[in-house]
Amino acid sequence: MSTDIETLRRILGASQVIAVVGLSANWWRPSYFAAKYMQDHGYRIIPVNPNYKEILGERCYPSLEDIPDDINIDIVDVFQRAELAPPLAHSAVAIGAKIFWLQLGIVNDEAADIARQGGLGVVMDYCVKIEHGRLMGGLNLFGVSTGVISAKRPKWLVY
Amino acid sequence: MADREFGFETQCLHAGQLPDAATGARAAPIYQTTSYVFDSTDHAASLFNLQTFGNVYSRMMNPTNAMLEERLATLEGGRAGLVVGSGMAAQMVALLTLLESGDELVSASTLYGGTYSQFDYSFRRMGINTHFVDPDDPENFAKAITPATKAVYAETIGNPLNNVLDISAVAKIAHDAGVPLVIDNTFGTPYLCRPFEHGADIVVHSVTKWIGGHGSSIGGAVIESGKFPWDNGKFPGMTEPSKGYHGIRFYETFGDFGFVTKARMETLRTLGPSMSPLSAFLFLQGLETLPLRMDRHCTNTLAVARFLDDHPLVSWVKYAGLPDNPYHQLAQKYLPKGAGGVLTFGIRGGQAAGIRFIESAQFLSHLANVGDAKTLVIHPASTTHRQLNEEEQASAGVSPDMVRMSVGLETLDDILWDIEQALAKSQES
Ligand SMILES: Cc1ncc(COP(=O)(O)O)c(C=O)c1O
Repeated sequence: MSTDIETLRRILGASQVIAVVGLSANWWRPSYFAAKYMQDHGYRIIPVNPNYKEILGERCYPSLEDIPDDINIDIVDVFQRAELAPPLAHSAVAIGAKIFWLQLGIVNDEAADIARQGGLGVVMDYCVKIEHGRLMGGLNLFGVSTGVISAKRPKWLVY
Repeated sequence: MADREFGFETQCLHAGQLPDAATGARAAPIYQTTSYVFDSTDHAASLFNLQTFGNVYSRMMNPTNAMLEERLATLEGGRAGLVVGSGMAAQMVALLTLLESGDELVSASTLYGGTYSQFDYSFRRMGINTHFVDPDDPENFAKAITPATKAVYAETIGNPLNNVLDISAVAKIAHDAGVPLVIDNTFGTPYLCRPFEHGADIVVHSVTKWIGGHGSSIGGAVIESGKFPWDNGKFPGMTEPSKGYHGIRFYETFGDFGFVTKARMETLRTLGPSMSPLSAFLFLQGLETLPLRMDRHCTNTLAVARFLDDHPLVSWVKYAGLPDNPYHQLAQKYLPKGAGGVLTFGIRGGQAAGIRFIESAQFLSHLANVGDAKTLVIHPASTTHRQLNEEEQASAGVSPDMVRMSVGLETLDDILWDIEQALAKSQES
């Protein structure tokens, strides 16, 4: 399943808080790259990983259910093996997240169905950082084919 | 709603180039700058760590160059591209990203003369050995592959032999050995042939030629398909922490554009053959009309080939667009819109007649290039392939009587007129 540009733009534009499940504290790991990038671009990152207390200056929670109720999660972004995705989809529904996002290389249709049935939008097999860079500028600076064709002046500046 | 799949002509005009965010400029701005300010030391650190996309220094990246990179990557149907200062630099950057001392390359022997020298001389000095093989039988590539082989290399259409490669057969052989197929698609251009659709993994270009089409700038490009499995065990440079860049694992971190990112941040950054943004602008202008120009190059070249084929002073013509050419079948498969803009022919009277022909032409330009909008002629044995000995020349497909012509966009009757009068003079002594 591929997600079209308009949908991805709407999701990235409407979201503010991203719970990153399986976020590593090692700066060279892809999950850290993605989370640091999203934090640098104005999103609040809520790390979820039982192995750490704090990552990127944010308190780290052992599970999605441990995130306090006063933090409203927009996106649950999953950096875990595909077989771990279905229970995470249940948790994403339970905490009232709006989007269930499985990272690049992670495909699990059962988890996607759970999330959709729970009323969440689903993005699967995409990297949140790469899609932000692709659609809000930045990735193009690295010579990547973005698929964006438009004669409208972009309303963002790359930083 | 699914995203629209735009056509090739639309992408030639739009891919990689939105209106300028700062000014609304519709044409591509030429970002003539070496460097870019950092917002803070933290921002600088993120940029150096490649944790955010952005510009640092124009040796590695520049917004005008990036438009050309994205446009070329899109036109080739690839994932990402990198532009560099010449076609030779493109091959060098692509191959030195893949190979190190002790590794081997298996290459078609039918290559542009400069490329042959790059592999046979410069790469050997670095401890990289190339096995040259006759590409007509794809099995020759298989026979030359050893455990040390890290890439297979060939040109879509060989310069100047005009032989067409069986890309998918060679791709299969490369993949069976777990190595990528690198194709120089300079003579194809993505309008006539998209090697990725036939299994190639990396495409290099001399954009100096038809991509620019104006003969005003030198440049090259490296494009990756995004499909090669770099984690097959043969490419630790893609999967292990990079010694050349902060311990990053390029494949894990950048996935399907990991190869181009490694080529940019390790090879281009440390060897330095960058493209100037002014050149990138000129190549973008060229690409806008690539489909129109290639159609005309192909119809003019076929007409010239037919004319020469029927001419009593011409002993042979090589152009894969001619039905009796041995590569015609392959051309119909890989180059269905036309067999490109270059042909070679032999003049009765051998080398002396060939030289008189070239010197008698009125507006066919005698120079060492192809892919200009103007018609170009050259005698390869005494120029482009001069550095090779006779045996190497023969293996590259160069005979003493051979004239190479890059057929341009002038009025077809005028091109034929100039050829006719120069052929007549070629027989005078
Ligand atoms: C097929 C081919 N590849 C590569 C090159 C080298 O390109 P450049 O002159 O841009 O370095 C040439 C140039 O003649 C060529 O014809």
